Amino acid sequence: MSDQKTYWKGTEQLTNDPSFVKNAEKEFPEYLPINENKESNGSTSRRDFLKMMGFGVAAASLAACEAPVRKAIPYLNKPVDVDPGIPNYYASTYSEGGDYASIVVKTREGRPIKIEGNKNSSITQGGVNAQVEASVLSLYDQERLRGPLKEGKNTDWNTIDKEVTEQLQAISAEGGQIRIVSNTIYSPSTLKAIQQMADKYGNTEHVMYDAVSQHGMLEANDQMFGIKALPAYDFSKANTIVSFNADFLGTWFSPIEHTKQYSKTRKVSSEDKTMSRHYQFEANLSLTGSNADYRTPVKPSQEGLVVAALYNEVAKMTGNAPINTNKVEVANITNAAKDLVSNKGKSLVVAGSNDTDIQLLVNGINSMLNNYGTTIDLNQYSNARKGDDAAFINFVKEANAGNIKAVIFYNANPVYDTGMGEELKSALGKVSLSVSTSDRNDETAHLVKYVAPDHHFLESWNDAEPKKGQLSLAQPTISPLFKTRQAQDTFLTWTGNKQEYYNFLRKNWEDNHFSGQEPTFDIFWDKTLYNGVFTYNVESSDVSAQSVDLSATANRINKNYKPNNTGLEVAFYQKVSMGTGHHANNPWLQELPDPISKATWDNYATISQKMANDLGIKIFEGKTSLIKLTINGQSMEVPALVQPGQANDTIGLALGYGRKMAGKVANGVGFDVYPFLTQLNGTRSYVLTSGVSVDGTAGSYQLAQTQTHQTFMGRETIIQEALLEDYKKKGWERDFQPHIATSKGKVKPSKLTLWNGHKYNNHHWGLAIDLNSCTGCAACTIACQSENNIPVVGKEEVVMRRDMQWMRVDRYYSSDASPDDTNGLEKAAENPEVTFQPMMCQHCNNAPCETVCPVAATTHSSEGLNQMTYNRCVGTRYCANNCPYKVRRFNWFKYHDNTKFDKNLSMNNDLGKMVLNPDVTVRSRGVMEKCSMCVQRIQAGKLKAKKEKRPLEDKDVNTACASACPSDAIMFGDLNNQDSAISKYLKLEESNSEPIKEVNEERAYHVLEELRVAPNVWYMTKIRNKDKVNTKA
Amino acid sequence: MLNEQINMSLKTYITRLSFIAFLLVSFLSLPNNALAQASELPTSEEAIANGEKLFKNNCAVCHQVQQKMIGPALKNVYERRELPWLLNFVKNSQKVIQGGDEYAVNLYNEYGKAVMPSFDYFADEEIKNILGYVKYQTENPPQEATADAGGAATEAGSGGGGGIPSEYLTLIIVGFVIVLILILVVLVLIVTVLTKFINQKEDIDERDKEFVNQKLNLNKLVRSNGFLFFVILIFTAVVAKTVIDGLYTVGVQQGYQPTQPIAFSHEIHAGQFEIECQYCHTGVMISKSANIPSANICMNCHTAIKTESKEIAKIYEAIDYDPETGEYGDNIKPIEWVRVHNLPDLAYFNHSQHVNVGEIECQTCHGPIEEMAVVKQWSTLTMGWCINCHRETKVNAKGNAYYDDLVKAHDGGDLKVVDIGGLECAKCHY
Repeated sequence: MSDQKTYWKGTEQLTNDPSFVKNAEKEFPEYLPINENKESNGSTSRRDFLKMMGFGVAAASLAACEAPVRKAIPYLNKPVDVDPGIPNYYASTYSEGGDYASIVVKTREGRPIKIEGNKNSSITQGGVNAQVEASVLSLYDQERLRGPLKEGKNTDWNTIDKEVTEQLQAISAEGGQIRIVSNTIYSPSTLKAIQQMADKYGNTEHVMYDAVSQHGMLEANDQMFGIKALPAYDFSKANTIVSFNADFLGTWFSPIEHTKQYSKTRKVSSEDKTMSRHYQFEANLSLTGSNADYRTPVKPSQEGLVVAALYNEVAKMTGNAPINTNKVEVANITNAAKDLVSNKGKSLVVAGSNDTDIQLLVNGINSMLNNYGTTIDLNQYSNARKGDDAAFINFVKEANAGNIKAVIFYNANPVYDTGMGEELKSALGKVSLSVSTSDRNDETAHLVKYVAPDHHFLESWNDAEPKKGQLSLAQPTISPLFKTRQAQDTFLTWTGNKQEYYNFLRKNWEDNHFSGQEPTFDIFWDKTLYNGVFTYNVESSDVSAQSVDLSATANRINKNYKPNNTGLEVAFYQKVSMGTGHHANNPWLQELPDPISKATWDNYATISQKMANDLGIKIFEGKTSLIKLTINGQSMEVPALVQPGQANDTIGLALGYGRKMAGKVANGVGFDVYPFLTQLNGTRSYVLTSGVSVDGTAGSYQLAQTQTHQTFMGRETIIQEALLEDYKKKGWERDFQPHIATSKGKVKPSKLTLWNGHKYNNHHWGLAIDLNSCTGCAACTIACQSENNIPVVGKEEVVMRRDMQWMRVDRYYSSDASPDDTNGLEKAAENPEVTFQPMMCQHCNNAPCETVCPVAATTHSSEGLNQMTYNRCVGTRYCANNCPYKVRRFNWFKYHDNTKFDKNLSMNNDLGKMVLNPDVTVRSRGVMEKCSMCVQRIQAGKLKAKKEKRPLEDKDVNTACASACPSDAIMFGDLNNQDSAISKYLKLEESNSEPIKEVNEERAYHVLEELRVAPNVWYMTKIRNKDKVNTKA
Repeated sequence: MLNEQINMSLKTYITRLSFIAFLLVSFLSLPNNALAQASELPTSEEAIANGEKLFKNNCAVCHQVQQKMIGPALKNVYERRELPWLLNFVKNSQKVIQGGDEYAVNLYNEYGKAVMPSFDYFADEEIKNILGYVKYQTENPPQEATADAGGAATEAGSGGGGGIPSEYLTLIIVGFVIVLILILVVLVLIVTVLTKFINQKEDIDERDKEFVNQKLNLNKLVRSNGFLFFVILIFTAVVAKTVIDGLYTVGVQQGYQPTQPIAFSHEIHAGQFEIECQYCHTGVMISKSANIPSANICMNCHTAIKTESKEIAKIYEAIDYDPETGEYGDNIKPIEWVRVHNLPDLAYFNHSQHVNVGEIECQTCHGPIEEMAVVKQWSTLTMGWCINCHRETKVNAKGNAYYDDLVKAHDGGDLKVVDIGGLECAKCHY
């Protein structure tokens, strides 16, 4: 089956565009604009030559004179637990607009430089995602406010405290209304501090909203169970998962937790060949949809009816009463229902929609399937989203009516991210006291009177209760960089409470959570702080559904959704990298290729291939057309991106772009689509089913995609996959196993080599990557970027294919049609299968790069690593040319201390440089670089073992990518150590000290095995839980 | 860590001798031993070595055997006080002082009320070992031994070029030159005599005569091709050699000896007072950087010692300390030392790997630091220098289970650093 399959990276490869074929053979496009600034034709004149030579001689003789005097400045009073050169780790908590991760912050000399997951947490279980990893760079963002502002001008805290308190008192005395507006807050102590303020001034309400709201779900749970909260899901217990537009692996609430759970159901081994089956119904191809076994493109206008159809199918099979809704024809509904019912109590249905009616139906389906109490927990409910759309809309209305006297925006930017920016702008003029605690002068903060900037979360004390009963603490890992003040302290000050928030927090914990677990509260506090998390028991009561009249729901669904809408529709979505746009000024995230579209530094309209054909749009190497998009009478020109899997006649638009006041990096990147958000049934809606039109194209546009870079030319030895039912058969073998004919018969490629082979006496490092559980989330890419001081190059350079990330996640589309069958392939492109493949240096035992380096700058180590020595490299780039995996990156420019790369925040100012890992060299222009398998971590781990005079163990070393991975798809270890997890996982033959290891794990394979480069990175065949019949259909 | 190995071997020798002597002496003077404990103190080599180690790591900062420092000189201390008193005092001096012991209170006042930290984690046996060491030192003042050890360290540090020392080389060259001059003189004499002899002969023709009597035409010689070629060749060779040598020294700062903001002398601290390197360079066993000590370490001693010194006053200024009142202020400013050893950013060096795991002496790279009043860069710190050491140095694998597999793979042969990948790029460059 698989040898019939064709993989392609982009539509230009699929259609075999002649210019693609021409370019595919080259690593870089021909046009090299090195001298584009010169007015002349670029050739060097005699004068230039003399000038350069004169400078060269002068520079050389100057350099020879004397080295600059370097200072060494020790501590005056060294803190007892800080030793220069030794990292310290602190458990803390990332919480941002309801997103949560329990983290461990690595600090060097008092500077946070890297974020890792905290394995003690039962929620995130040591996983992180790209946004969490990147948040450490935001700490050193130059755009952060240095101190408080009054009417846009610098002021001091005393002035602010005095004036704000006076005004609040005056307003309170008059009985004026006060509002505190924030995103979801689940910190019990923060809520208490806010409550104290509300109590003191009276007439104060705390309005929570979320940029991407789940209000509909809150309402549905309230109506049905009397619990206004999101349920806690347990995907790990679900054999069948059905998701309607919920991107639970990428951008829905708690994606790290859900990825951890989900990946557990996707792990297979020869001992346990079971895995979950995942159905996804959605409009845009999301990260979750791309991991589904069965994915059905559904137009937003059909969504309610599709959910109702599943409801009716399940009702029919479980003997419940169906509801009366219009029929809709989409694939896979019946099969999904069958699987759900046969896994009653071990299944899960989720929906991302913010429409209460859809959520009611989903609750109904889960109820019929007895999933409450097994895969869904409403006792230990989630606090991840608490935003109330109605309350926020009401707030804007009241403010516009002049009924609100004071408003405090607590780390929220509603002018930008609610779609009600204009109304709010005019309303703010009618509010006498407006305050923002934003860390930067953003869209909201520049409209208010006072800005009282909050600390970054890495500078703050806090607590969090993302799930009922599961608390965690956040502690500062650096002294405040600027004259900012923790917002909670600000609230306490304005309440007249002289207590510091730290003491307030401790008091709160002592009162609520300390019950003599430890001899004293101090010990309890220290232990909790050390662990980062704390759990208390929540009484579990039987949650039973109250009878809700679903007929009214059915009626509304019939009214709001249509089976066959003819017009164009829009589905708004968040990107895995950018989210709601809060992190927009983080260049790591801006340059992180979207897992699906592989586009950086932009948002765009994703359109289906059919629509592109109709509009005459061709996308080639990121070069595409602008389309004239009109939404509700407002037109704009936006770039189009042809997205396989996009529901036809539906346009996907990403939120979080088009920031105007976020900072140098974010401003002007992409366009803002928040203003187009509408409401449905009192909740915000993230789809548009009418009023959308496209009137042809308007000029061309260059998107910075990494998509067609470094193509593998469709060679079938890259991705291997199998169907679960085949895999379950006894004696299953991978489809593609190259053998080479010799005089002694056919042998495996690894058996045949020209080289004498290396000797690995002690360690032999290797990686095993499970394609089955990798979700493509790209947390590894950012973890690598953060660990290895990888520069950001900017959009123009990405277009030039000069992106520097050492680790990429390749995304392949596939279909069953034969490579020659263009029509068949095109049909499949409507809804292709997707495979993600993390790709980094494969550390080949017979490395082709090593043999072509003229200066031996890339060599092999006695531990199996392919070493890259920057100071020896002269930049011939032969190695990159000879690398079959295209994982080498060339420093075309000096990216540090270079004003032309000022978006590369981590290397271009003193503040940003604080994030650099001091153990890794910042590479200079003209040298090649690539994945080192985190050799600095290996060396540190070895040193630790040596100091303790014991053999090295698994726990001593882990690469940045493997430790970040929320789905545990990457495993690192010592192949020479028979007790290591990786040796067991790969089922290495015992006592094998050969450099080229024989692996007995049946799923393990090498990419491009037939080249005999013998990599030290193994990939595990992807298994799809699909029925055979369906794939042939 | 003053070149412990050499020190120890010498010491072992001396110890053995003195041990016999001591036995004799103690046997003879047995009735004179008024205080009982002197004989209770251990005298075995092992105990004294252990005592020495403990003394250097814990006591040497404030005490010396022969002279007063922050605390009293410990010479004969075992005769001054009784053993139980000593044990109590070492374990918790404050307790003894607060208990009103007259001797202790006087001592406390005499030494400016400097508090001796409590060593309650020491076993009695360990304190006895220390006292055994003190006794040994009292009876064998170690002047010569230290001087010798210092000298030995110097030689070891200079990397032992192998073969003939440089002063001999000069002598030999001078000898050669003298011999050559003598030969020249003899040759000239022979030529003169021969010329005379030929001229006296009459039966030779004019051409031969002319040849014999020809004068040295300097002008012609200078203009001859051969000469010019020779001169140019030498000139080019000299220039090339100078340039190449010059290029090799670009960025090499051997001998770099900058003036430091505070005239701190290793000669006094490490040499004269034998303070352990680690006491101040706290990172050397645990971290990649040895750490320039923070001022609080200086203040451990300099609250009491040399408080009147101009250089110490600079520390006080930096930390805003008033030696009169003993109070600290807020007006602190960092001390900007000039970095002596500058490795390029692209090279990763870890002190703990070398000092802790490899048990390399500080002097191996830093030279006779205990003799340097102003620190200078002793070694070249070039890559060639690093690599050379990695080629020659044996791995300190004994008793370290980490190296077991590697030792096995080498069949028990000499395991040099190069054999475990010590020359690989990514061991130092990443």
